Amino acid sequence: MSIQTHNQSVDSVLDVQNLTKTFHVASGSSGTRELKALDGINLNVKRGETLGLVGESGCGKSTLARTLMMLEQPDGGTVRFDGQDPFALRGKQLRAWRRRVQMVFQDPFASLNARMTAGQIITEPFATHKDLYPTSAARKQRLDELLELVGLRTTDAQKSPQEFSGGQRQRIGIARALALGPDLIILDEPVSALDLSVQAQVLNLLNDLQQQLGVSYIFISHDLSVVRHVTDRVAVMYLGRIIETGSTQQVFDSPLHPYTASLMSASPKLDPALRPVNRIVLQGELPSPLDPPSGCRFRTRCWKAESICSVERPESRVREPDGKIVLGMPTLGPSAEQQIAECHFPVQSAAEAGLAVSA
Amino acid sequence: MMTEILEPVSRTAPSQQAVLEVKDLDVDIRTPKGTVRVVSKVGFSARSGKTLALLGESGCGKSMTAKAIAGLLDPVASVAGGSAHLESHDLFSMTAKQRRSVAGEGLGIVFQDALAALNPVYTIGTQLGEAFRIHRGASKKQAKVEAIELMRRVGIPEPETRVNSYPHQFSGGMRQRILIAMAVALSPKLLIADEPTTALDVTVQAQIMQLLRSLRTEEQMAVVLITHDLAVVAEEADDVCVMYAGNVVEQGSVETVFNRPTHPYTKGLLSSVPADAHRGSSLTSIPGSPPELSKIPTGCVYQDRCPLASAICREQRPELRPTGPAQSAACHFAEQVSALDPQSEPVTGQDSER
Repeated sequence: MSIQTHNQSVDSVLDVQNLTKTFHVASGSSGTRELKALDGINLNVKRGETLGLVGESGCGKSTLARTLMMLEQPDGGTVRFDGQDPFALRGKQLRAWRRRVQMVFQDPFASLNARMTAGQIITEPFATHKDLYPTSAARKQRLDELLELVGLRTTDAQKSPQEFSGGQRQRIGIARALALGPDLIILDEPVSALDLSVQAQVLNLLNDLQQQLGVSYIFISHDLSVVRHVTDRVAVMYLGRIIETGSTQQVFDSPLHPYTASLMSASPKLDPALRPVNRIVLQGELPSPLDPPSGCRFRTRCWKAESICSVERPESRVREPDGKIVLGMPTLGPSAEQQIAECHFPVQSAAEAGLAVSA
Repeated sequence: MMTEILEPVSRTAPSQQAVLEVKDLDVDIRTPKGTVRVVSKVGFSARSGKTLALLGESGCGKSMTAKAIAGLLDPVASVAGGSAHLESHDLFSMTAKQRRSVAGEGLGIVFQDALAALNPVYTIGTQLGEAFRIHRGASKKQAKVEAIELMRRVGIPEPETRVNSYPHQFSGGMRQRILIAMAVALSPKLLIADEPTTALDVTVQAQIMQLLRSLRTEEQMAVVLITHDLAVVAEEADDVCVMYAGNVVEQGSVETVFNRPTHPYTKGLLSSVPADAHRGSSLTSIPGSPPELSKIPTGCVYQDRCPLASAICREQRPELRPTGPAQSAACHFAEQVSALDPQSEPVTGQDSER
């Protein structure tokens, strides 16, 4: 059993069930070894919401993003985008689907072609999707519209990326992602290369765009304070699995999984009132995904681990509306925001994890 | 304990505990288009057993300041003025050979990119033992014993076997531990840590910070922590220098500066942090972006983004002056900063960042 997100419902854009992706890694003379980058991922993104995806480097965040972009072929599980399986699409239908999921990359200095102007970069998708804006007048109009949307001037279209600052480049990247009118944008660390004062401008822009266009975001970031600010729900990944999901407030204020609790505890905080009473400093680092621990994957670093954790893979625990933590599946309908974690010994309260209890 | 800094640090006489005393430091970079001043009149002091943070965004000159002190400036950059004293040593008047003798026992430095800072073709043991071979005349065998002991101190498991491993065989966090071990090998008086955790995951960052803290306490080192992360400064540092476009714009104890900033830039930075503001609420951002260092305006360096800027700010560069018991700021209108509405627009009315 595993963490089940809500059943597919009308308001969900993306529904992922039990998604797996295994890479075969060359390993000395003994042939190849299996690296399970995604090991049974369940995920659900609703229309107009922002889902945060957090986890340490090497946990599979980027593989998941690449698979959802159809840049990787999964080995198992299902992906439903508006009820459709994109991996079953071919030809024209596939091309039409690709319009609907776009991506914004981390490094605005590497992800824009230095030999093209901002205008060419933003309108390049129209060359593939010719039917959308068939005339050059229509393309020009759409370009101006996009530039205005992301807070650039229409005259900026003639400039090349080098003439822009980091924040402005990221605006160009966002305009390119918006060009085809997507339903879902995967934001892979969109502000981590930007300075703090500029980061706030880009986060505000992303928020405004979502309000205006109703687009959904998957927001990948290692900066927990940013994730807390911009997301509606959060999924926490550890070694290829989502080990906890829930509303942002639930997951941040009263994490169920000890790993989530230690992430919250370890992240530095500006406000002394929010600092943990006792900081949990995890020992060791992420184990090699080539050789994941038996049973619960987190047990090698977990301060609550007992002998059962090395034997049995934990089932999901759900926090009921009355606060009780029970074994099993969410009992309420898809609209309920339930907090679910895969752990034998979930953290009962913020106080248990030494986290500051917010008012 | 903080109240002793009544004057801007750059003007005070070296206090008894000051391990490092930097005064009016200027650093120039020669470019094809002319000489650019990247660090201008920077002054601060670092005290034994305390952490001083140099805080600023990319390009503000914080790393250049550290490199100038450590004598590691690129050939195109040079110290154009000012002084830096490490205890009794006048660092800028020393020959290269004299500086090397100060390195190790006087000053250690931890860089951001641990993989680039380690030599890929030597074992960790050789690289860690080098300090003992050069400065203490240790034999190869002794140096290896010292290296193992160092690895144990910084929490590297199985040091006896891992001492023969190469840098690529370690994870990012372990490499950073090795760099720290190298920097503290000879128990330096001063440790400069340049963004030591920026490339690391949050759980590993917590481990590294814990290690730095305990080493500082054990050895009573003065630590200069260079970072862009306000939360890290808030948790780790005693004193802070906020830098902007090559200048120190505000300095003082972290507690006072963060609770009651007296420079509009510090205030703007603090309110840009997505703290616990609720979702959907707009973050306060500083309009515009930092000036290019080749185009620093006359007058105040922050004038183009400042909501308080007026005529005097365009003509006259404000000097650091005391704005509180343990605080000084370079602003003509420091007294008005606390009343500043963080959402107000700059008077220059710049629309988007440039």
